[in-house]
Amino acid sequence: MFGQANVLAAGQAAFPPSVDDFYLPAIVPWGAENAPWFTKFTLMIWLAVGVLIIFFLATYRNPKLVPTKKQWFAESIYGFVRNNISVDMIGHQGVRFAPYFTTLFCFVLLTNAFAIIPFFQISPNSHIAFPAILAVISYVLFNYIGIRHHGFGKYFKHALIPPAPWYILPLLIPIEAFSTFIIRPFSLAVRLFANMFAGHMLLLVFTLGGFAMLNANAWLAPVSVVSWVMTVALTLLEALVIVLQAYVFTVLSASYIQGALAEEH
Amino acid sequence: MDYVAAVEGSTAAIGYGLAAIGPGIGVGLVFAAYIQSTARQPESSRMTLPYVWIGFAVIEALALFGIAFGFIWAG
Repeated sequence: MFGQANVLAAGQAAFPPSVDDFYLPAIVPWGAENAPWFTKFTLMIWLAVGVLIIFFLATYRNPKLVPTKKQWFAESIYGFVRNNISVDMIGHQGVRFAPYFTTLFCFVLLTNAFAIIPFFQISPNSHIAFPAILAVISYVLFNYIGIRHHGFGKYFKHALIPPAPWYILPLLIPIEAFSTFIIRPFSLAVRLFANMFAGHMLLLVFTLGGFAMLNANAWLAPVSVVSWVMTVALTLLEALVIVLQAYVFTVLSASYIQGALAEEH
Repeated sequence: MDYVAAVEGSTAAIGYGLAAIGPGIGVGLVFAAYIQSTARQPESSRMTLPYVWIGFAVIEALALFGIAFGFIWAG
């Protein structure tokens, strides 16, 4: 399962790409298989964390009344998340959560963007572990917020018992419990993971498919150009998916927190 | 028994093709409704947009489960 990743340079690109292609050789020790400590994904995650911290520190170190270009950029990102996600979804209380959503949005956006940045070209989010942890953070947060706002008993009563006739409740309570406490974090994680996974797989199919046709025979060789043009087009589609998924992840987290804070069902 | 013709590969591909029909229709309905509501009431377009993305994401999740489980159960 943890086979060596495809090596284009050596001319041994195996055509149908498989799940093995997501398990890259480690950086330390160089080229080792199955070494979990320092891989390309480790590097990308720390890089994303570092870049975000430095970016926001540098742009907001010395805020001016008339913003500089960098400050304007950082402020528009924060402003977008605060106004168009937090406040739109949660209402005026949403301002409290804007820092979390901004961090989440930027982190997911940047780690997703590694999928199409040259030389990285794979997103850490194409492994379920990273989206799963992000989903767990949002899950813990919305439950914690709900419990703190309503109190333990009232929060669960609120979340589990919809206003419905008593005889339908035995059916509704398990459905509500399942959808709120199991499906929500699961779908949050799987959505991001599967999007990045499928995106990477799609790019692999068209890139490696080009090589496969080039090596197949003289008649198929020119068609490989079509395959690579498709790769370029799909990279643009991937760029759209990257931004969209970062947005969707943040909006859904916001909508779960809104649900936890809501007064009536 | 002799085979006249045979198909190789994973049946998961067929399964995923079938699994994508429902979400495909669903996502189409979401955006159709959004376009229609915006055409009728252009100033509501910003108000309804977050709901479009939530609806889209919830429906799209089914198609994406299809991809993930296709690989898990391809075995």
